[in-house]
Amino acid sequence: MSSISGIESPPSNPPGTAAQLSVALPVLAVLLASAVFAAFVALYGQNPFTVFGLIVQGGFGSSFAWQDTLSRAAPLILVGLAVAIPAQAGLVIIGGEGALVLGGLAGAVVTLPFAGAHALPMQVIMLVAGALAGGLWFGLASLLRQYRGVNETISSLLLSYIGIAIFHHLTEGLLRDPASLDKPSTHPIDPSYMLPVLPGVGVHAGLAVSLALAIIAHVVLRYTRWGFALRVVGGSARVARMVGLAVNRWVIGATFVAGGMAGVAGAIEVAAVQGTANSSLIVGYGYSGILVAFLARHQPLAIVAVALLIGGMQASASLLQRRLELPDATMLVFQGLIFVCVLVADAIAQQLRENTRR
Amino acid sequence: MDVTSIGWLTLPLAILGGAIRVSTPFIFVSIGELITEKSGRINLGLEGTLMLGAMAGYGVSYLSGSPWLGVLAAGLAGTAFGLVHGLLCSVKRVNDTAIGISLIVLGTGLAFFFGKPLIEPKAPALPSISLGFWSSVPQVRAASDVNALFFVGILLAFAVYVFLNRTGWGLMLRTVGDSEDAARALGFPVLRVRILATMAGGFLAGIGGSFLSLSYPGSWSEGLSSGQGIMAVALVIFARWRSINALGASLLFGGAGALGPALQGVGVTGYYYLFNAAPYILTLAIMVASTSRAAPFADAPGELKLHR
Repeated sequence: MSSISGIESPPSNPPGTAAQLSVALPVLAVLLASAVFAAFVALYGQNPFTVFGLIVQGGFGSSFAWQDTLSRAAPLILVGLAVAIPAQAGLVIIGGEGALVLGGLAGAVVTLPFAGAHALPMQVIMLVAGALAGGLWFGLASLLRQYRGVNETISSLLLSYIGIAIFHHLTEGLLRDPASLDKPSTHPIDPSYMLPVLPGVGVHAGLAVSLALAIIAHVVLRYTRWGFALRVVGGSARVARMVGLAVNRWVIGATFVAGGMAGVAGAIEVAAVQGTANSSLIVGYGYSGILVAFLARHQPLAIVAVALLIGGMQASASLLQRRLELPDATMLVFQGLIFVCVLVADAIAQQLRENTRR
Repeated sequence: MDVTSIGWLTLPLAILGGAIRVSTPFIFVSIGELITEKSGRINLGLEGTLMLGAMAGYGVSYLSGSPWLGVLAAGLAGTAFGLVHGLLCSVKRVNDTAIGISLIVLGTGLAFFFGKPLIEPKAPALPSISLGFWSSVPQVRAASDVNALFFVGILLAFAVYVFLNRTGWGLMLRTVGDSEDAARALGFPVLRVRILATMAGGFLAGIGGSFLSLSYPGSWSEGLSSGQGIMAVALVIFARWRSINALGASLLFGGAGALGPALQGVGVTGYYYLFNAAPYILTLAIMVASTSRAAPFADAPGELKLHR
């Protein structure tokens, strides 16, 4: 850090510092958020250490806790990818909830006419149907963006609400199982079609599907020319056109794939947990996914890690409620604090990087 | 003609009454968002502010016995949240879309946390002004029971119009929103104006939330909002950043939102959810119709990062 006054010094930081900072700052941000949260629960008359202990115990403290965490992480990974993939092309799409529920609905009804078939093809068909439904829903948002200049963030959100309305309309009308009285649902899928439980883990196979998709997304985005092309499109549409990329096709394709991820998440929830499409699908995974993706800086492997963390936090909410009678919204407050702090830390890290580059 | 049966008039009356009720929170949230956007910032987190306002308004009304004190508390809670948003977005390079979404999480989290004990008790509601005293028809009376906040909202739209277009502070706000460089050259405190504009937006969104819990639907629950805070962003685009337009747009959205319940009231129940989605479909249709690829948002404040 030696600089002589009066002489234009080269960037005074050694190259490692910026990289270290971009790791250290988010960690500091989580610590800061935890401190604020600790003060919050302390003001509410709870011992912060007890609360943190219960969060760890409820999320990661036992095999039961891990199963709960992992089965929550599976959809979170997928809806996180649904935000991260279009983000490579510079799009902020936040309508994952709508794609998820429509994917779930498609998955729930597609196998109904085929009772008693082999399970595996039916399971594949369910996931593919979910992917197509979610993909089409996201694709609409990017079509409107590319051809009409409609802001995709807002249109995807509106489409999400419309998708949820269509979901309610169909599950309480045309596609409703008359036997589902207090909770309108579609006809249950053939029990033999349910996704199996992974041996030794105790979590449904949807977890394996979402992990596999995250790894594929990582490889494709990082090591193939598809990923590179997408980043060129995201960097500058004009440059992308100059080098001969069909920008519209890349953007719409990427959003279609992303919507497919959210749709698969819905189909997995149906095929592995609910066995039918009903309002239990609408629990806000789509919105949590936005934050998972932003916290992971749109990196697929980091999304897996963040989804585990958020899944664990959400899993621990019920333990906090049982033991300390803290409302289940407690963890929502904690998540909000973490998101805010990490986003600001990210911005500061980015500034520091730019300063050192100069 | 039988005085209690008014035949086909039932439906338009129900829609009109519903439109007034449903539109009131829209008026406040959208004009709040408009003020913020006029300063060149977008606040996507008003949904969280709305929920926080609804909870704070209900809680204070319950504890103090005065619904108007509740409205004030809701506004102050919203102002505080606006201050947080304004300060966070003043950090260079921060992603304001993501900040908005995280404040939705934080705001709803806080609202649910502190609102848990408020689900049971009944807080005193805001009074409504009965404009239907001349009629003995119950539907007419129901439709013309108008909450006082609705009239405040109408006045607000015109007041904001005057403020933006006829006052020095309004000019400063618009300059900051249209060109940061010009504002700096004129010596305007850009950051301070933006933070204040976000606080004002939060104040109004908080009041919009208090209408939800204190008038219609009129109680506190976790499913109280149906996305009014988020739709405000679309509504401001639809209104082309003009407060009088925002008033009209809110009424239109209210009417669209009242369609489902009104039809259910006359026995048409088959498409309840689809009619409930009418405001979203309407917004989307209008966004598609009113933007073009060449000039996405001609009337948008210059500093507003809506189009990339």
